[in-house]
Amino acid sequence: MFGARIASALSPAVGAIAFIALWALIAALELVDPVLLPSPQASAVAIWDGFVGGALIGDTIITIRRTLLAFFIAVGICVPLGLALGSSVRLYRSLEFVIDFFRSTPASALFPLFLVILGVGESTKVAVAAFGAGLLILFNTAYGVMNARKTRQAAARVMGASPLRVMVGVTLLESLPQTLVGMRAGVSFALVIVIVAEMFIGSTDGLGQRVINSQSIFNMPEMYATIFSAGVLGYGLNLIFIIIERRFVHWGGK
Amino acid sequence: MNAAMSPDLASVSSKVDAVPHITIRGLTKSFAGQPLYTNFNLDFPKGRITSIFGPNGCGKSTMINMAAGLLPMDSGEVLFDGKPLSQTVIGYVFQNYRDALFPWKRAIDNIRYPLKIAGKSAGECNARTEELVQSFDIRFDLNRYPYELSGGQQQLVSIMRSLAVHPEVLFLDEPFSALDYEMTLFMRDKLQDIFEATGTTMILVSHDLDEAVYLADEVLMLTRRPTRIAERVVFDAPRPRTPATLTSDAFTRAKARCLDVFQREVSARELAL
Repeated sequence: MFGARIASALSPAVGAIAFIALWALIAALELVDPVLLPSPQASAVAIWDGFVGGALIGDTIITIRRTLLAFFIAVGICVPLGLALGSSVRLYRSLEFVIDFFRSTPASALFPLFLVILGVGESTKVAVAAFGAGLLILFNTAYGVMNARKTRQAAARVMGASPLRVMVGVTLLESLPQTLVGMRAGVSFALVIVIVAEMFIGSTDGLGQRVINSQSIFNMPEMYATIFSAGVLGYGLNLIFIIIERRFVHWGGK
Repeated sequence: MNAAMSPDLASVSSKVDAVPHITIRGLTKSFAGQPLYTNFNLDFPKGRITSIFGPNGCGKSTMINMAAGLLPMDSGEVLFDGKPLSQTVIGYVFQNYRDALFPWKRAIDNIRYPLKIAGKSAGECNARTEELVQSFDIRFDLNRYPYELSGGQQQLVSIMRSLAVHPEVLFLDEPFSALDYEMTLFMRDKLQDIFEATGTTMILVSHDLDEAVYLADEVLMLTRRPTRIAERVVFDAPRPRTPATLTSDAFTRAKARCLDVFQREVSARELAL
């Protein structure tokens, strides 16, 4: 019984342990050129060195800052816009094609356009990421509002709530589960775009630039360390949003 | 109304001896070109329970939704004691309590919501909520969220919320139809208690004829669309009504009368087809 409990507690870790074990085995047997695939230990040392006084921590923070900046710009613009669009089905229908089209357009294809408008710099990276994340947040918020059950809005209206009060006190909360889904997708997407931008648009810092640089000088442990921190970052952002969803949308699905 | 009333308005006014509270005049509403109400006139008596009963799709809920301002009318006027809706405090109990309560607010905050909308202070909100808890004899924890409560408890919270602001009129749209039978019986009596304690004018839409008659001072029977008043059946059994009322002669007569009218209206449609 006690053993079973330990087994069930450890089961989420089984996949990760197996993955690292397989990696260690391949590296130890040198099935792949050791230059291309360093051992897990060497990568772990690179991560440790990178974070303790190394530049990796700095680049991670820069990437987080860009991602969050893009995300908050997207939220600030697209949540109110999504609420407004979702409240008027006719307005949404007339803009649906444009929103869907740009949402389906790979945001990375828009880099040249943004480069022309904003130039090579910080603002382009953040703007493209905000644009891509914003569309995800926009259409999720709008759908959240459109699919909100109308009874609660009616209940608030019949109790004398003003249109603004219904919007903020009911519609916004009613659409919150869907809006948070959009935010979670949006923040992950912003991270993807920021890292791609750091790789290719004249960047001197950030995780994306670090991956490219370490690859070009064949510093593989450092490259894996950077990929690993990008992974942890993506996973962590997602996890934070899941926790926020559970905490603030406790009524979701009930 | 008064003696000057034209003959075709005869059925408009209640047969129950009471002054009109809600007056509906010239109500016109159509859906997708199909007229539902055409120049419809109706009075609801003050301080009474009026049940609305009629064939499916005759617009029972539509009528109270228009009266409560939840649905626009094509034309017409609804007045409460001569005042427009904007100057009237109303309560509305929805059929689906799950969709009507705010799941992000605790039950107690749901009840406080209309008081806050009305601009009451925290002290007034608490006093009124406490008063409602006492009068409803609430034994469950109102600090829970609605989804943590049973269906009956949720509808009870929903009714308390609608009564918090002392509405002049309470609309109830099939309020008990989603509850199990035991809870339905309990809630009917609870509603009757509230009515006796407050004398609030109540308009009850019901698809259960027993319930419509049991609770009502008068049952408003509607025709199929385009909707007219088929008949107004008075049920004046003394209150409080009890399960014994359900087997009394007066109840049986009133219900039989309603059924007659109902079947006449349903078969009128079949002949028309």
